[in-house]
Amino acid sequence: MALIELQNVSRAFGKGDERVVAVDTVSFTIEEGDVLCLVGESGCGKSTTGKMVAGLLEPTAGQVLFDGQDIAKMDKQAFQRYRHAVQIIHQDPYASLNPTQTVRQMITRPLLRHKKAKGREGAEAHAVELLEIVDLTPAEDFMNKYPHQLSGGQRQRVSVARALTVEPRFIVADEAVSMVDVSIRVSLLNMLSRLKEEFDVTFLFITHDLALAKYFAWQGRISVMYLGRIVEDGPTQRVVMDPRHPYTQALLAAVPEADPELARRKRRIELRSADIPSLLDLPPGCTFNPRCPYVVTGECDVEVPPLDPIPEGGRVACPVRSSISIQLVEETPGGSVHTDADISQYQPDG
Amino acid sequence: MSNESQLIWKHEAGSGTPLSLRNVHIIYGARKGDVQAVRGVDLDLRAGESIALIGESGSGKTTLGLGIVRLLVKSADISQGEIIYRRNGTEVNVLDLDKKELREFRWKECSMVFQSALNAFNPVLRVWDQMRDTAQSHGWKDKKAIRQRSLDLLGFVQLDAERVIDAYPHELSGGMRQRVLIALSLLLDPQVLILDEPTTALDILTQRTIIDLLRKLKEEQHFTMIFISHDLAIAAELADRIATMYAGRIVELGSADDIFYRPRHPYTLGLIRAVPKVVGGFQELFSIPGSPPDLIDLPSGCKFHPRCPYATDKCKTEEPDLVTVGREHEAACWHWREVEEELQTNPLHSV
Amino acid sequence: MGSVFLGAVQSMGATLRIMSYNKVGFTGFIAVMLILFMSFIGPFFVPLDTETKVDQIYQTPSAEHWMGTDHQGRDIFSQIVNGGKDVIIVAVVAGALSTFIAVTFGTLAGFAGGRIDAFVVSVTDIVLTIPQLPLLLVLAALIKLNNIVYLGIILGALGWPALLRAVRSQALSLKQRDFVEAARALDLGTTHIIFREIVPNMMTYIIISFALAMTGAIYAQVALVLFGLVPFSGSNWGVMLSLAWVRGAIYFKDSIWYIMMPVAAIVILQLSVVTMTRSLELVFNPRLRSGE
Repeated sequence: MALIELQNVSRAFGKGDERVVAVDTVSFTIEEGDVLCLVGESGCGKSTTGKMVAGLLEPTAGQVLFDGQDIAKMDKQAFQRYRHAVQIIHQDPYASLNPTQTVRQMITRPLLRHKKAKGREGAEAHAVELLEIVDLTPAEDFMNKYPHQLSGGQRQRVSVARALTVEPRFIVADEAVSMVDVSIRVSLLNMLSRLKEEFDVTFLFITHDLALAKYFAWQGRISVMYLGRIVEDGPTQRVVMDPRHPYTQALLAAVPEADPELARRKRRIELRSADIPSLLDLPPGCTFNPRCPYVVTGECDVEVPPLDPIPEGGRVACPVRSSISIQLVEETPGGSVHTDADISQYQPDG
Repeated sequence: MSNESQLIWKHEAGSGTPLSLRNVHIIYGARKGDVQAVRGVDLDLRAGESIALIGESGSGKTTLGLGIVRLLVKSADISQGEIIYRRNGTEVNVLDLDKKELREFRWKECSMVFQSALNAFNPVLRVWDQMRDTAQSHGWKDKKAIRQRSLDLLGFVQLDAERVIDAYPHELSGGMRQRVLIALSLLLDPQVLILDEPTTALDILTQRTIIDLLRKLKEEQHFTMIFISHDLAIAAELADRIATMYAGRIVELGSADDIFYRPRHPYTLGLIRAVPKVVGGFQELFSIPGSPPDLIDLPSGCKFHPRCPYATDKCKTEEPDLVTVGREHEAACWHWREVEEELQTNPLHSV
Repeated sequence: MGSVFLGAVQSMGATLRIMSYNKVGFTGFIAVMLILFMSFIGPFFVPLDTETKVDQIYQTPSAEHWMGTDHQGRDIFSQIVNGGKDVIIVAVVAGALSTFIAVTFGTLAGFAGGRIDAFVVSVTDIVLTIPQLPLLLVLAALIKLNNIVYLGIILGALGWPALLRAVRSQALSLKQRDFVEAARALDLGTTHIIFREIVPNMMTYIIISFALAMTGAIYAQVALVLFGLVPFSGSNWGVMLSLAWVRGAIYFKDSIWYIMMPVAAIVILQLSVVTMTRSLELVFNPRLRSGE
């Protein structure tokens, strides 16, 4: 049984002319111990989906199942078990911690309330352990700190420690590292990966950064969302190395690379329009059709393409292109390994 | 583009040095003490080149950019140094300009494009009002000519000029606003463009259009540009030369290829090894231990030593200056030779 | 026991130091303290002068009468000293009550939403649309308002709607914040969320509102006295002002002191309370509390 399963989940906001469907009939499953990365640009519905998985937002249609049970139909006890099993880490380290509380208060209060520790002293000791798990050491130094006394990376670690107070089985990480400095990002990701291994935590990792998704979910899966729908999913390695949906291909081609040579050699995919359609006025058929370079008029702009499985793994919502691979980087003659041997050794004068 | 011939601001490729920074120091006054945001930066910007200032939060890169056009907040002070600006054989120290001269300088000589494109606009003015006001306050009289130039520039940044010119800022998407802002900054034909995080907060596909536009500006118009970014990818895509900043100083300066494939400063190397690529197979990433320094209470010696794997006792006491480590390549590290050796055994690969 | 006392003194010292970061606010705080001292301790040293002295009517300030004398030759200074207590009690009672109502129900409405919110908002709108002063006039005619605590309660019971709306909108925006969502995910309960997550982040706002509610109550009670709807019992700055008015003090050049002194006392009290909030805000700022 999957730990989390979404069955045709939709979420709309607003009424009448203002009504937008942020998430449109999304289905996926996450097995215990797995990592699923939800990737897409802003407004694609990835955060809304994350909130629904975490039970912080109700779907307007469809079901979210936890351990095979519909969370909307759970009794109080079952819901509480679910509530504690699923935690969320937010994006903004400056908004996710209450500025008026110390780290001690943030961590010991849930411990005491849910009887995860015996008394004040037990809670203190447990809090120290949790801070050590997230690499905030020496933990005692952090207990009396207010959020403003911590760096962005440290705040995110406190958020994780706070989530761990209820011993979750599943964590929704909503852009959890995108606002943290580059040099610290990797250690945060590695810390989250450790939770995966040591505590069997299952992850829904939401990000707009495909390179991060690739790194974090190399052994897991990626789902690409566009305007509220999943357009492609599958094992990370397949999606990244052999993308099939034109939108996934465009995204991967567009990502700027931290490598000048690669930046020069990367293929461009010219879209027919640079502008993303408004959720208030979505195009008929495949919502990517007005921008898609491979559009087949009379087909793509009529019917919503089904998300069909492909033999290489995963699903692609594009009958036109789902069987065609493309190359993202142009081959260059002569290889491209850069070593110091490329230039003559420099000798400073004198 | 048919209008391109009318865009009078095609620059001559590469001669001269429009901007020179000499030992620039910038300090912020704070309750706890002085924040040493920029500590002695020397940099020559050559005509037609694009240079990227990279570094993390607190490295001083944005402060330096704001300092060049003198747009620092009141509590900040350029306590030392010179900012020399040159055009057509004349030379001024930007620090000597008065208020009126500075206003001219910021539009006609050295224009800055800010990070948050929405805040940079007055929400009740149309794009046209904004452009007309700017041109008129700098002595343009001919409304027709202003409009034509505005349309040309909006076209150049690949916008539907006729539609966008009469739009209000909120009617435009983030990427469109960023492009309008770039067009606006070009209105009075500046020589130098400073772009602070030009693509941060934009979506990937939009980001790509801005990068391609800036590349066009660089390759076709030979614009002299300074990019300020925490994102190494932007530097890799757009910069001819890259300056790595740490704790208010340039710690490494070199061509883009030197910085990405032959870095000599451990911090630059650390950054490169921390950033994943999207293309290709799995790549191991390494983080830099510790956190960025407290700018009020900086470490002794080399400011990077508490986080540096190469640090020795010398690094704790003596702060290294930039030394030549290659052709047009400088680094401020006592142990750059060891970094070089390390890279010979573990080279940085391009995919 | 001793250490508890010492701790209290230490934290009071720390609080005072934080308050002193804002010079204007701290001046307001000192002024409030002086006014409180004058009004509550002062009467023991300066008894109210009730003796009519026909030969000393409308005197200007002198060594004997620091603030001059009134239409019956009584000392104005003694009236100022004795007339503050009632004004302050009414203001504090009214301010506390309206702030309490506004914060509790405003936060609840904002956080709970749905029917609770709709109900609270509609009650607020009804109270808000009733013109205050005429209602007070009617009430004063019906109820004998000679008990100052009752007066404070009535003023407080009418003074909360504007504040409630503001608190509610603050709560609505705080509710969206990530840390509140995290608290929901951690199943910390509604009481915790309201009093531990939301209200502490509104403290600055609550303090300012409390000060404004107090000044509103001061105005209202002075107005009631001026209209003659609150009995002239004892001495009170409002009563002084009213008497001065009734006696036509504004028409006599010499009587300027009689009418100006209570006005000055009221204005200084209000100004001090409002400026004091600048310092009180700092006390609830964790940046300063943590010693930075």
